[in-house]
This record gives sequence, structure tokens and C-alpha cells, in this order.
Amino acid sequence: MVNLDYQEIGLRVGLEIHQQLDTEHKLFCGCPTRLSERPGVRFIRILRPTQSELGQVDQAALFEFKKGRKIEYEASSDTSCLVEMDEEPPHRLNEEAIDTALTVSLLMNSKPVDEIHVMRKIVIDGSNTTGFQRTCVVSLGGSVGREKIGIQHVSVEEDAARKTGETEQTSNYSIDRLGIPLIEIATAPSIRSPQEAEEVALEIGRLLRATRRVKRGIGTIRQDLNVSTRQGALVEIKGVQRLNLIAEIVEGEVARQISLLKIRRELEARGLEEEDLREEFHDVSSPFAETESKVLTAALKRGGVVLAALLPKFGGLVGMELHKGVRLGTEMAQRAIFWGGVGGIFHTDELPNYGVSQREVQELRERLNASGGDAVVLVADSKEKAQEALRAVFDRARECLLGVPEETRAANDDGTTRYMRPRPGAARMYPETDVPPVPVTEERLARIKMNLPPMPEDLVNQLIQTYKINRKLAEQLADSDYLQLFEDLAGRTKVATSFLATTLTEVVKSLGREGVPVDNLSCEKITEVFGAVDSNLTAKEAVPDLLKWLAQRPESNVQEAVEKLGLAMLTETELRTKINTLLDKNVELLKERGEVSTGKLMNMIMAEVRGRVEAKKVDELLKEEVAKRLTRP
Amino acid sequence: MKSTGELEGYKGRAYEILSSANVSVGDKIRIIRDGETYEGGLMPRSELGDDLHVVIKLGSGYNVGVKITRDSKIEKIGVGAKPTFTSPQQPASRRDLERVDIISTGGTIASRVDYRTGAVEPALSAADLYSTVPELSEIANINAHILYSELSENITPKHWVGMANKILEVVKSGTDGVVVCHGTDTMTYTSAALSFALRGLPVPVILVGSQRSSDRPSSDAATNLLGAVAVASKAPFAEVAVAMHSDSSDKTITVHRGTRVRKCHTSGRYAFRSINSLPLAKYDLQRAMLEMVSSDYLKRDPNKKLELKADFNEKVLLTKFYPGMSSGIIEWAIDKEYSGIVIEGTGLGHVSRTLQGSIRKAVDAGILLGMTSQCIWGRIDMNVYTTGRDLLSLGVVPLEDMLPETALVKMMWALGQTRDPGEAKSILTTNVAGEISERTVPDDSNW
Repeated sequence: MVNLDYQEIGLRVGLEIHQQLDTEHKLFCGCPTRLSERPGVRFIRILRPTQSELGQVDQAALFEFKKGRKIEYEASSDTSCLVEMDEEPPHRLNEEAIDTALTVSLLMNSKPVDEIHVMRKIVIDGSNTTGFQRTCVVSLGGSVGREKIGIQHVSVEEDAARKTGETEQTSNYSIDRLGIPLIEIATAPSIRSPQEAEEVALEIGRLLRATRRVKRGIGTIRQDLNVSTRQGALVEIKGVQRLNLIAEIVEGEVARQISLLKIRRELEARGLEEEDLREEFHDVSSPFAETESKVLTAALKRGGVVLAALLPKFGGLVGMELHKGVRLGTEMAQRAIFWGGVGGIFHTDELPNYGVSQREVQELRERLNASGGDAVVLVADSKEKAQEALRAVFDRARECLLGVPEETRAANDDGTTRYMRPRPGAARMYPETDVPPVPVTEERLARIKMNLPPMPEDLVNQLIQTYKINRKLAEQLADSDYLQLFEDLAGRTKVATSFLATTLTEVVKSLGREGVPVDNLSCEKITEVFGAVDSNLTAKEAVPDLLKWLAQRPESNVQEAVEKLGLAMLTETELRTKINTLLDKNVELLKERGEVSTGKLMNMIMAEVRGRVEAKKVDELLKEEVAKRLTRP
Repeated sequence: MKSTGELEGYKGRAYEILSSANVSVGDKIRIIRDGETYEGGLMPRSELGDDLHVVIKLGSGYNVGVKITRDSKIEKIGVGAKPTFTSPQQPASRRDLERVDIISTGGTIASRVDYRTGAVEPALSAADLYSTVPELSEIANINAHILYSELSENITPKHWVGMANKILEVVKSGTDGVVVCHGTDTMTYTSAALSFALRGLPVPVILVGSQRSSDRPSSDAATNLLGAVAVASKAPFAEVAVAMHSDSSDKTITVHRGTRVRKCHTSGRYAFRSINSLPLAKYDLQRAMLEMVSSDYLKRDPNKKLELKADFNEKVLLTKFYPGMSSGIIEWAIDKEYSGIVIEGTGLGHVSRTLQGSIRKAVDAGILLGMTSQCIWGRIDMNVYTTGRDLLSLGVVPLEDMLPETALVKMMWALGQTRDPGEAKSILTTNVAGEISERTVPDDSNW
């Protein structure tokens, strides 16, 4: 990893954190804030782009609309009502959500507004049934972290519907998630390094968890990054789901922008002008009539064509790696896929390959009068789609002359990003007139100030004092998603608090490292497991195995787990029998070592009964039985 | 002091401070209060708001309310530009398309949003309609007329008469179909009124509205309008009807007979249902195809001559009976010299015997009394129980399977033509526009 001088590059990063709140109800209705497991009713909608006063329509929206795309929604009665279906106006703004947001605002010294106004922000991809997202600003300004990174605003908004599938003509969404309150914290773009970005995100995450009113688990927090470099451009990266990917994504984006700037300089050096990029598409279906490329033949068989176009002076650049295996050609392909609906593109920097022969490449170059320093791009699909795809490639090629295009990109799990859509114009927002404005009164702020949760460091000390656990466990708990669950259970369960804390931190982490899908462990399931220990269904030593089993089988329950794993509690009689059987087998050992042999015997019996009885009990009974035998005449 | 126009919605303290700072909505302002500074575009105030806050739109696009205290300072730091929008040119008339006249009475079927101020402006001229619903240019040649701009709860029988006259005008000028844009709240009262007032329609008259505001991308407005225009231009029937969504999906528009339709949901797209009858037709948006559901309808015929019978006697009361109801309301109607009363009775057409005295008085005073049911579905039959028979003998007129709202409108219409209760009764009980049928059949149409 090259050590980059981020200041020299002029790196500026802004963070936008979206966190789901664990309120009792959704933001604008009384529905519960969880996902549904039942099938529901389905309905189909078409969302129309609206006109502004100046007769303008959002281009991306118009593009989607013209494709004739339909949206199929599914609504289950356990999690959705007519408000989410856009068949009923929204109810009042959820006070619990506002209180939580104001709590976070105060923790960040962000000044609450005097009156909260809900806005409609146009979003027409189907993720909101109304075609807009309801959102409101709750506070302005503030700062977070050691470096006092500025906060632009804290806002509260509805989460979007959950995409469940897509075909060429339809997008499928479940509206269970729609309306769950989100808190959005937007920082100023004053973060200067990838590491700092991750630290600020961690700090904000800590503050959010400190309120105890946020949801846990994958998908409950989403992080967006705005990354710009001095000579590059502002790129929006959406949907970074894991905190520990943030630094990597920022590094990757910086590398990508630097590479694109290199490409620009190289194109300048090669003397490329915009007019040189002529959108002349050649039908090269016949040279490829006998090709061994499966992709090309399949398209031709379906009645499509192979179109090719010349990218003058791009030779060697299309195949150039921007970062981590992503090439300029990859970006061009992503554009072609988005705008043309094709499967991908081929280009001469990567040919011959994929069944395309050297001879075919040569013929291609001849046909298009391509010299060694030029590249040729190929698309195979229906004529219309292939043309759209090539046009998109040319748009991207022209952007290479500018350097870095402004885009909205999506984060991938491997730390790279992919093209998502063009940067939207100014957000189209107008008042949500169905919901009256909410004044933020002095009384409300005073009440919230009195009930501020402890800051993370104070929280750790509190945990140590209240639950008598060590600092390491307390710190892990404070950062953990299970903090609230720990406090709930600590009051109710009979197991020792340190055992509880260890289970919720170290045990879960270690299972996760093993590859066990611990995200499947809901708070309810974990509570069930400890309930089983409390009711003597099983021993506490069984807990890790039970958690592992349940994580792998989310539909199951603890009774089944205990049964299937053979972890039911042993009765005293059963235990004595086992101990005596063991002692019968080890008569010699007993004779030789007497009482001292209990250590070894303990290991042997525990291997058999671990998880089915408390170790203490085993120890007790073992000692009894050994004593009995030793005192026999 | 409350204001309109440049300081829209502001009153009291906020109004005073804003007006002395010489700013109007749209201007960029700076507010300094207690050492805090806020900058943004001045936005209008809603009627629900107090007089202590000023609303500004921040650079991020969000609106916030800023509390104004006695020593707050407001400065203008930029002037708001009023956008001048000229509709794009209307598409040229096409010879292969029919002509449809769209008459607006209120209820925005199309609008534009000024994202800078949040204002939602109706878009009602023909050019506006083509611009916001471009698919219209493939369906018909549109003439647009703006007749009224009323929320439909403010529509009165006088408006019905105005609409009937306007429809007569456009029909005489040779239209192939009429669409009336109307708020949904009282749309079915209007559709009933027009059904009675327009005698000998040569072309269809289709009322249309939207349940979900037209500024939102999900609105049912555009598809309802497309359906209504398509039906108006091509339907084989010439009656007054209501065209609205069939269900929650954007797939089908149901066309309901104007005397048989009821708004059955406060907010859903699927609010409108045909009661005690099949709908007239349905329109498939995807395939752009109209399919008749009913086989019993008045046919389109350009040779028919439209005549108006548009007199409505407004002194008709509609009242819903409930347990313990006092006869006071009937006494009041007698006292105020009402000409007719429509009662929404219970079940087959019943009210408590405690009302019989006033009912007799009303009949004796020459008031026409008609009975409908609050059950919504079903037919009146006052022969089955004593209560019904008693009411019949008092002179209450059973109104068959008419909707109470339709019965009200019809009674106003009947009493608008004659003062004689006997004659009015005869008009009332004779089917004119499909509002009364002899048979209530099971729905086996699979429509």
C-alpha cells in the first residue's frame, strides 16, 4: 500500500450515517418496526416523474419511466398498513423518534431547530410507494470526535422499501421496511484521511448506540461517503454496510481517482480531442459468424448483432487497472449495462480471449482502421440495446478527457465500488403538507437534557460498577450491538453477569469468526437460550453450542436445539449412574491415586456430560461417589 | 393581521417583523436571533402554524421553522426570482383521433411543483395537460376549459347547473366526449345530478378525480385521466359515468354509472364502488382497451339532441335515522318549508315509531318524503314488517334500490320540475338514468 499524502491530494471526505431506530412504531403510523416473515398482498404501481415549475423533469427518473418499468409491492398486515401502501395519509410524526434524534443532537452539540418541518424528497426508483421519502431536519451544526469534525445536520426520515427482486420489466419490493425511522447524521466534508473516516464513523456509531434506541444487525446501519480529491471530483458512495470497510473504500476511491487522472494526462499526451471520439458504430456480425465466443454466438443466435466502435488513442488504457482489479473497461461496461441493458462489453485490450481469436481481432482492427494505439469496443445484443450501450461507453470515454466524472457509486463487499447512477441534480424537496410542523419546545429539550445517556467512557465505568464485570468485558459490551440485551437479561437471568457478558461478546465474536451466521441470532432467540438455562432445561455450558445451532437454523427454537444436540439436563440419578459407570471402568486408577484421581476423572466425565449439567454439580457428586468407594471396606 | 400574497400565511408578530424588513416569500433572508444566524429562502406559512415562527428553506433544500423573538433581526440578502413558465407548444391535432373536451371544476388532476418554494400549482390548460400527461396526445385531441376551481365539498346545486350548461355548450360545438375533472368528495352527487339534467346525451360524460394528490409520482391522477379520456373518446355508451381506479394497482380503471356510484373509502385509490349494480365498463391501462361490463346502456349516437332539464329545488333535506333520534329535525324542515326529505332508514327502510307523528305532519304539509337505506346495499321493501307498512300508510315513498345520495339529488331534480308532490313522486319513482332497477342480480360477470 503506497503511502499517500492525502493532504497533497486534497482528499476530503464527508460521511452520512443512516441508522435505524428501535422505536415502538414506524415514523408516520402505528406499524411495528420489524421485517415481515409472512407473504402479503401484492399490488403494482407505475411512478411518474413530476414536473417542476419550470417544466423540468428529472432525467434519470424520465429514463426509468420511459423504460415502462413497473413496480410490484408486497405488503404484509403484520408490518404494513395503508399508510405504507400510499392509500392513506401519514399520521403524526413519531415523538419517540424525534426524542431519540434530539438526544443524539445534544450529544453532538448540534443545535435543535425551533420547529421541525417534514419534507417530501422525490425518489422515483420504487423504493418509496409515494415516489418521495419523508424527511425532516432536527438540528443543525455540532461536531464529533477528537478532531471536532463538523456536523451539517441531524435529520429523521423514513427507511425505504426492501428490494426483493428484479426482472427486465418489474422491480419487486417488500414494504415491511418502509417507514421504519432512520436517523441521518451528515458530517461536513472535513475528514482528511481514510483512517479518520473510519474513526469518525465508529465514534458516531458509539454515540448512536449510547441512546439504546437503535436497531442492531446487518442492514440496520448504512454509511454513505462523499469523497473528493482536489483534481478529481466529488463522488458519492452509497451503502457501505460494514464499518471496517470504510477506510478501504476511501483508499480505493482515491486510488481510482488518481488512476483516472493519469488516464486523462496520458490521453492529453497522446493528443486526443473530444471531436476524435466519433459515435460510428459498425456492424461486425459477419466476421464473428464462426467465432468460438459463446457470448457472441448466443447474441447472434437470438437475432442480435455485434456492433463495434473505435476508441482512438485509448489503446492500453481501457485495460488499465484503476484499482483492485477494476479497470477502465469495467467502468465502461457498467455504463453499458445500466443504460443499454446489455450483459457487458468486449474490448481489444483484453482480446484475444473469451473465445475471440487473434485472427478475429485483427480483422476487427482492419475493419475499423484501428492502429496499435487505438482500442475497439464490441457489444453483442439487439441492435437498439447495443447502440444504447455503445453510446454510454462513448459518454464514459468523453468523461475520461475531463478526468473524474461526478457519479453516484455503490459500495461492494470487497472494498471496490460500482457505478450506480448519474449524480442527481439538486434534491427535489417540497413540504409534506399532510403532517403539521412540530415545535421543539424548551420543556422538551429540558426533559431530554435531564435524560441524556452517559457518554461512552462513562458508560464503561457504569457497566463495571453496576454489573461487577472487568474493564475488557465492559468495553466490548459498550461497543457491542448486544448492550441493551445484556442489560435486559442481567436483571432477569440466574447466570452470572460475567458469563452473560462473555457470551454476548467473546463467544458470539468467536462463532462469527468460525463462519457461523451470528446475525441470525435475534434478541428473542438469545433470551430463549438463557431462559432454558434458568429453567434447568440445560446447563450453562451448553450455551455456545446452542447459539451455534440456532444461528445455523433460524427457524428453529431452543427446545429443538436441546433435543437435537442431546443437551437436556441430566437428572442427579442419571449423573450418578454415569459417574459410577466411569468409576467402575477406572477401578485401578482409583486404587492407585485415591482422591487425587478426581482431577483426571473430572475431565473424563465432563467430556461426556458437558452442557448437560453444571460442572459444579459434577464435581460435587464425583467427589461424593469417590469418597464412598474409598471408604468401602 | 393576516396576509395573503407576498407574506402568505404569516400573521401577528412574525408578519410584523417580516413586513418591516420589507421581504416577501421567495427572497433570501438572514435571521439573527440570540447570537444565532440562519440564512435561507423565505417560505410561506401554513394556516396551522402559529405567529411566532418564520419558515426558511436552507441550502440543503430542507425547510426549518425559526422562532422570532422581540429582538430578532431580519435582513434581505437576495431577491427571489419569480419563475415564468410557458407551456411547451401543444401537439398538432391528429385526424385519426377523436376530440375530447376536459372541463375542470376543481380537484387538481395535474399539477407542477415549484421545488424552490414548495408551491404546488394546478396545471389545467390543454398545453399543461399534454405537458404533464404526454400520453394524452396518443389518445385524443384535447380542448381544456376551466369552469370552477372549487374543493368539491364547496360544490352546490348551482354549480351542477353551471356544469350542465357548459357541457351543453361543448356538446353543441361537436365534441366526441366530455371529461369533467372534479374533487372526489362530492363527485357522485354531481354525477347523479348531471345524469338527470342531461337528457338525450349523444356522447359520454366522464367524471374523474384523484384520491392521491397529483403532485406525487404515485398519484392515480394521470392514469385516471388517461382512462377517462380514452373512455370519453371511444366508449360505445352515451351516459354520465365516473372513472376511477379499480383497486390498489395501476392496472384497471372502472367506469361506474353516475347514479350508481359511491365513494366508499376516505383515502384509497379504490374508493369508488358501483352499488346495487354492475359497473358500466372497465379500461385496461396496459393494453389500452375498453371492455363493457354491462350490456344495458344508452348507446352513443351523434344524432341525438342534448337538452337540459337542470332545475334543482335545493330545499330538500337528507337525514340519517339513528336510535333515539328526535323528531326535531323533521319539525324543523316543516317549519322552514322544505319541499322534500330523504330519510336513510335502517334495514328495509325503517325508522322508530316515535317519528311517525312528525312524518304524518310533514306529509300533510305537502312535503315529499322518500325512504332509502343506510345499509348501502340492498333494496327497500316496506311491506315486510309492520314498521314499514305503517310508514307506507303515512305516505312515505319507498325509493327501491336507489343510493341515498342519488335519491337526494333526484328529489331535488324532481321537485325542480314541478311543485306538485304527486307529480314529483311519479318522477321520483320512475327510472330515468339507471338509478332504479327492478332486478338485483348476482355478480357472475368476472369483471
